[in-house]
Amino acid sequence: MAEKSIFTKRPDGRKMDELRPIHAEIGVVPNADGSALFAQGDTIAIAAIYGPKTLNPKHMQNPEKGVVRVHYNMLSFSVGERIKPGVSRRSQEISKVTEWALSPVVMLEELPGTVIDVHINILQANAGTRCAGINAAAMALAHAGIPMKEMISAIAIGKMDKTILADVNKEEEDYDDGEGATDMPMAYLSNSGKISLLQLDGRIQADRLKEALELGKEACKKIAEIQKKALKEYK
Amino acid sequence: MTSEKTRKEIVIPGETIAEGDDFLPGDWTIKTGKDIIATRIGIVEKQDRLIKIIPLSGVYIPRRGNTVIGEVKDMNHSGWTIDVGGPYGAFLTLKETPGYVEESDMETVYGIGDLVVAKILNVKRTGIDLTMKQRESGLGKIKDGIIVRVNPHRVPRIIGKEGSMIRLIKEASGCYVTVGQNGLIWIRGDSVEGKIFAKQAIEFIVENTTTDGLTDKVEQWLKENRPKNLVKNNPIKAETSEMNGGMN
Repeated sequence: MAEKSIFTKRPDGRKMDELRPIHAEIGVVPNADGSALFAQGDTIAIAAIYGPKTLNPKHMQNPEKGVVRVHYNMLSFSVGERIKPGVSRRSQEISKVTEWALSPVVMLEELPGTVIDVHINILQANAGTRCAGINAAAMALAHAGIPMKEMISAIAIGKMDKTILADVNKEEEDYDDGEGATDMPMAYLSNSGKISLLQLDGRIQADRLKEALELGKEACKKIAEIQKKALKEYK
Repeated sequence: MTSEKTRKEIVIPGETIAEGDDFLPGDWTIKTGKDIIATRIGIVEKQDRLIKIIPLSGVYIPRRGNTVIGEVKDMNHSGWTIDVGGPYGAFLTLKETPGYVEESDMETVYGIGDLVVAKILNVKRTGIDLTMKQRESGLGKIKDGIIVRVNPHRVPRIIGKEGSMIRLIKEASGCYVTVGQNGLIWIRGDSVEGKIFAKQAIEFIVENTTTDGLTDKVEQWLKENRPKNLVKNNPIKAETSEMNGGMN
């Protein structure tokens, strides 16, 4: 049968729907208005929030609602081969999609003419950095006291040959036998059941996409619980 | 540290705090369908049918009548721009400054970088108007003493019910303490030990804000930690300027 998977376990021994061990913590950057650390296996992201503050230059202000400005950055030592520090095409794109993912939950209409600066730094990368970044940013936004409609969580769903996996790591992302590897980061609002980010790198069949989405939703709900638990520990 | 029992329940954004039509949504809550949802980290407070969140974190939310401490950032022909924290800038016009100030003398009155105590006259949609023209003393430039910066949402606890907490600190340390609602606290007094002691007391309160029966704990802490060589000053009568906006 062609649909049958050749794998029974994943390269690191996890089950197909099993997430990597997660560590979540808030208040890691003392000088920021809000901050959080989110670690998923070997992927570690730190998010720091500054604001809401007045947006300058003035022509960038929106008198109707506030603006979320995301700066995603992978530190030069975060991967095996040193990466050039600074803004790259990739980091700009991820900053933008993170902005779009976070904006629906932040009640920006309460903060006209202001900006919320979200700085996401990846300390260590092993796939799924934008998802870890969104998870950290959501916690940091809550920690910073920004009014939010609900929490947001993100996960990278992958397809390795014919097997759908939750929370892919670098090894699974780079798999290139059979149908190859598909990487699908998604951000999910677990209260209202909306998806605020969905990207697809690779190929996937239409019916399997639905299957992958369901798996992603379940995984995001688990992450939401972990985020909630970390935020409840606020002293 | 606080024990689990005395800790108040903390809610997070998106958490359902009440169901059904028995309650009305208050500050920092929204109603979606039949549920009332929290939009900020904080403690739930119920007042009859109104349910609201008391925020625990975030930048300062300015309110009319608050006494604030801010830094002079800029000046122009009509007044000074003052940073009091929070999303919007504050402006102190020449008209709201006590006495007559010549435009050419502005820099000597309040120079850039000076810290001032002022009162919020008005909160506009995207700005704050300040005033220093108030009968009560305490408004003006800060010339000496030390400044402690705390989370502005902890300020009501530092002041206490009708100023009870701050009075304890003043009496124990023999210092004058002016609490800005924006989280800047000005301590001034004759002895260095007293000022440091007052600062430590404030830090103790900040660390234990979510505890019940905090006043008793602070009273005990002050007794235990009071430096022996601290000269007992005349108890300072409570100033009225920092009382507004305290716990009711």
